[in-house]
Amino acid sequence: MSASRPTTRPRKEPSAAKPGRKAATTRAGAGPPPAGRPEAGHRTDLLEAMLRIRRFEERCVELYSAARIRGFVHLYIGEEAVAVGVSSALEPEDAVVSTYREHGHALARGLTPEAVMAEMHGKATGCSGGRGGSMHLFDASRRFYGGSAIVAGGLPLAAGLALADRMRGLPGVTCCFFGDGAFAEGEFHETANLAALWNLPLLLVCENNLYAMGTALAREHAQTDLAMRAASYGMPAWAVDGMDVEAVEQAARRAVGGIRAGAGPHFLELRTYRFRAHSMYDPDRYRDKAEIAQWKSQDPIARLTERLRGDGELDDEELARTEQRLADEIDHAVTAAERAPEEPVEDLLRHVTSAPSGEVSRP
Amino acid sequence: MSTATRGTGTTYREAMREALREALRSDERVFLMGEDVGRYGGCFGVSLGLLEEFGPDRVRDTPLSESAFVGAGIGAALAGMRPVVEIMTVNFSLLALDQILNNAATLLHMSGGQLPVPLVIRMTTGAGRQLAAQHSHSLESFYAHIPGIRVLAPATLEDARHVLAPALADPDPVVIFEHGSLYNAAGELGPAAGPVGLDRAAIRRPGTDISLITYGGSLPKALAAADELAADGIDAEVVDLRTLRPLDGTTLAVSVGRTHRAVVVDEAWRTGSIAAEVSARIAEESFYELDAPVERVCSAEVPIPYARQLEEAALPQTADIVAAAHRAVD
Repeated sequence: MSASRPTTRPRKEPSAAKPGRKAATTRAGAGPPPAGRPEAGHRTDLLEAMLRIRRFEERCVELYSAARIRGFVHLYIGEEAVAVGVSSALEPEDAVVSTYREHGHALARGLTPEAVMAEMHGKATGCSGGRGGSMHLFDASRRFYGGSAIVAGGLPLAAGLALADRMRGLPGVTCCFFGDGAFAEGEFHETANLAALWNLPLLLVCENNLYAMGTALAREHAQTDLAMRAASYGMPAWAVDGMDVEAVEQAARRAVGGIRAGAGPHFLELRTYRFRAHSMYDPDRYRDKAEIAQWKSQDPIARLTERLRGDGELDDEELARTEQRLADEIDHAVTAAERAPEEPVEDLLRHVTSAPSGEVSRP
Repeated sequence: MSTATRGTGTTYREAMREALREALRSDERVFLMGEDVGRYGGCFGVSLGLLEEFGPDRVRDTPLSESAFVGAGIGAALAGMRPVVEIMTVNFSLLALDQILNNAATLLHMSGGQLPVPLVIRMTTGAGRQLAAQHSHSLESFYAHIPGIRVLAPATLEDARHVLAPALADPDPVVIFEHGSLYNAAGELGPAAGPVGLDRAAIRRPGTDISLITYGGSLPKALAAADELAADGIDAEVVDLRTLRPLDGTTLAVSVGRTHRAVVVDEAWRTGSIAAEVSARIAEESFYELDAPVERVCSAEVPIPYARQLEEAALPQTADIVAAAHRAVD
């Protein structure tokens, strides 16, 4: 795909959904460098951003096994290219709505590992004050409208954010992440129609990881070509290799550019895969080991690392320093979370309404 | 609530429309959104003429997608607007219950106080017009069950006219229930009427012998029952709850402390109803004041039927309230 191609044509040639296939509409590294950033530095930034998510979540696994964090924890490992590539195309004035598998979205949006780790520890210093946990990370200052654990529940909300920005004459684009499972919910279809009907500045980012919890794509969708179905709402829709961070970023920049130019909502189907089970509770009995291995061979971090090496842009010593820096960052986040104060039980009823807590204790 | 009197007369419908007009004029962040609110003029005619005055951006017709447009109202509220979302009836609102419960009522808490949702949702409730079992129910208690939202039931012209402004000023979600049988209620709007408080029940008729506690479309029936009871020598007090969440326990306790008897009138089904909650509050806070068991007059536990005589039999009627009061007093 070249950058000069029109951005408003409906999807191109998405391939059938099967594991291991390559990008349907984008080619890695073919796009221009992101505006305002040196290409070489930018590509290593993308690598570092993906590594931060990966290492953060690997630590989450350890902490969960040690019962330091609890609740449902849904890992993003394998899907990092999606959050990083899409977020790289967004500006601070844009808004982001996420899902319950949102550590990657939050970190890519700029929430600190410290704030997210504290939240997972249920501490008052967490990004949601310990009220949300892994599935409900928020940061109003970054317009990160957080994780909805109701599949597709964030979509209508995202349409409203986009509507308000447009009514207020603001330039923001709202980016809503959701999965292939959400595509089966009425709220997706209601929102896609509404957004197209009202020409809303909304980027719909479908993370198609081929499973709605344990249900494979072909077992939940009569037609598995999601981009084609999204295009039927009258919006540009493309299927993209979600294991290639540069392809994701390039597609997201095209889509965001089209949205900012007034072309209305765009839909990206990012074909990806989670390497881990659905949640920490999931024994993962429904996926074939060979399928998992094949997708792991497309690890987005390994792919970018190899590409940078091939292009002579990766210095192994620099990579080692980056890894060490990330390890220190996450160590610090864990230490800070463990030392952070707990919200006192006396504050249980805070934030139920905006009124002082005394007024809500006797509804 | 009979026919309009003199030139200053108005109806509940017109009072609500005037409140919307005032809100749209006074705050550019306010917009109205819902099914047929614009070109059609509102399914009950409440917003008739507002599209012409404020344009399609601010009086916004939506597809029949309750979940999407209620959720869009939540998102717009988060991003600085003050949306008023109209849902045709409470039965249809169930299609948006996910958004109302899981997002509107929850985001403030789940985000540790970062995301207040200043959204107003209006919807029609109640029976009495032979609309059968999917347009007639009173599900206020579903919403009053939920922490994080305020639930209002304006029952008078003054409340219809003046409840919207404070609802829009509330930083949190507010659900307003408009009983379908009240839209044509007519009368004179008191000239001194102004913004109403959202925290207090109202004594609509003072009395000393028994408290008739009700809200919404049952208020006219309770007032009529009080008139009949007066003829029998029973001085009934009529309490209009107005706000179903948070309930005004103080006014309930004061009234029951004065009358020592209570009949709770609620068009919803008895089980799990607002009437059940009010009865429990009285038992908790006024048990030793009571001279008789609390009586409840609610709808029969049946989907509201179409046939006129069956619908009337299913709903609380004035005679039922009078009979319950006699049981408590005699």
